[in-house]
Amino acid sequence: MEPMKKNLPHLAAKVRIDALKMIYAAQSGHPGGSFSAADIITTLYFGGFLAYDPKNPKWKDRDYFILSKGHCAPSLYAVLGELGFFPKDEFFRLRQVDSLLQGHPETYIPGIEIASGPLGQGISVACGIAMGIKIDKKQNKVFSLHGDGELQEGNIWEGVMTAAKYHLDNYVAIVDRNRLQIDGSTAEVMPIEDVAGKFQAFGWEVMKMNGHDFDDIYTTLKKAVEVTGKPVCIVADTVKGKGVSFMENQVGWHGKAPNDEQFASAMEELQKNFDETQ
Amino acid sequence: MSNKIATRAAFGEALLEIGRKQENVVSLDADLSGSTKTGAFAKEFPERAFNVGIAEQGLVATAAGLAIARKKPFACTFAVFLTGRAYDQVRTSVAISDLPVVLAGSHAGILTGEDGATHQALEDIGLMRALPHMTVLSPADAAETKACTQYAAQAEHPVYLRLGRSGVPVIFDEKTKFEIGKVRTLNQGTDVVIFATGPLVSSALIAAKKLEKDISVKVVNVSCISPLDVSGIIEALQGVKNVITAEDHSINNGLGSAIAEVMAENGIGIPLYRHGMRQFGESGNGADLYEKYKFDGEGVAEVVRTFLKK
Repeated sequence: MEPMKKNLPHLAAKVRIDALKMIYAAQSGHPGGSFSAADIITTLYFGGFLAYDPKNPKWKDRDYFILSKGHCAPSLYAVLGELGFFPKDEFFRLRQVDSLLQGHPETYIPGIEIASGPLGQGISVACGIAMGIKIDKKQNKVFSLHGDGELQEGNIWEGVMTAAKYHLDNYVAIVDRNRLQIDGSTAEVMPIEDVAGKFQAFGWEVMKMNGHDFDDIYTTLKKAVEVTGKPVCIVADTVKGKGVSFMENQVGWHGKAPNDEQFASAMEELQKNFDETQ
Repeated sequence: MSNKIATRAAFGEALLEIGRKQENVVSLDADLSGSTKTGAFAKEFPERAFNVGIAEQGLVATAAGLAIARKKPFACTFAVFLTGRAYDQVRTSVAISDLPVVLAGSHAGILTGEDGATHQALEDIGLMRALPHMTVLSPADAAETKACTQYAAQAEHPVYLRLGRSGVPVIFDEKTKFEIGKVRTLNQGTDVVIFATGPLVSSALIAAKKLEKDISVKVVNVSCISPLDVSGIIEALQGVKNVITAEDHSINNGLGSAIAEVMAENGIGIPLYRHGMRQFGESGNGADLYEKYKFDGEGVAEVVRTFLKK
């Protein structure tokens, strides 16, 4: 694996700018979760944790990333576009009729492995990929990213058991623990704590990280891929809407596009961050 | 047709045979491997057989993942759980994603018997044929089941394979050549055509034999319900005076609905009767239920006589 030589904070700032531009152009989409997940997705793709070939998305020796919280697609699209999986022009046709970039991930989008959005399925999908890799005795890795509210889905715990039973140590699941979901805080809607304790009890290795501290994300992922004998869950403490102060920790920004004024204000802040991280 | 074999048993044999030749075949079960007949495959290829426990949503989504990793997964459990409990996983992770997963649903229909209504899938064809990308196969007997399993193992898109618990009469010998996706006329006739699927095909053939002195019955096997062989169905409707559809499934959204749609869309105005389930099933021996609901040969003959008022 390459050392962290890329400027990840700068790349992540670009991802947020592109994600917000898409959502603004579409006047529809999910900025809150896209921003809480942006630093993690950026580190996975630009930090050397995933092997991929943008010119051959189905390359058989690739590693796999499953965005189980499919509504955060804008951040993933921004990364895939930056890497050249598809032309960046597509960004501005997000969610439009006849566009490539659908509201939620679709398998005909280069770089997307599975349709997602209906929550909870990505963990089992990731298990299946990891099991297939093991049959082939290959060394490829599988990563999945989940919302914390998503842990309320029963399918999650079916996958949690499967990963433990089959000792899927080629699999790392990351929980984007921003503590908010559509109807309010996870604590109010349906408490999910103790997240780490639950995964541990099911036989997973559990790690915690600050999902916006690139050194922490990088070193935690490096540790996670070294674990043997069991799957790894990383509980990432994050801030919903991270990077745009008026969106941060605001449940109202789960699935809403900014108006002209809000967009201008958000872009100013994101651009500042982009310039400062150069 | 005195010899009877359950289609799930034929599936289990086919899976083993195919698995020996096709290395990417893997099986997944959800604590019903004894019932789905994957045991022989699992015994010979333990590293390619998985059991995810009583977790049908996980079963289907895990199969999707294995397909991404270039395996040919057969996700096997009772049809009612596979298509009902895991419908969103089938829809999102398999059908929308267009992954070559085979969903093998056993215990379809009231042929399931004693377990009763909760375990008798009567809506599965409707659920599966509503999904773009999904091929829906409902074989009539053991030999056709093997051909359908072989087809599914080679398919590049999702396949739903509808299987039954109890023995059904053998119609085709092992050497029969099948053209999966096409309807097949098994008996010629002009008074009425019966479009049948699954175990009702043999019942329709028995009925045609019983009625042959008075009523000329054409029997057409529709083993592929989606995509439908529209031109084959239109051709089979030529020169017949009445139409009956016969299926161990709800009359809504299954074969009967599919045939009615073809007739309506093509302006074919022949009297139609949909023979199938109009209510949930119940407990009882499969054969006894087939008698009660007129799904056996005598029952189908009675349905024909009543419909034609002879």
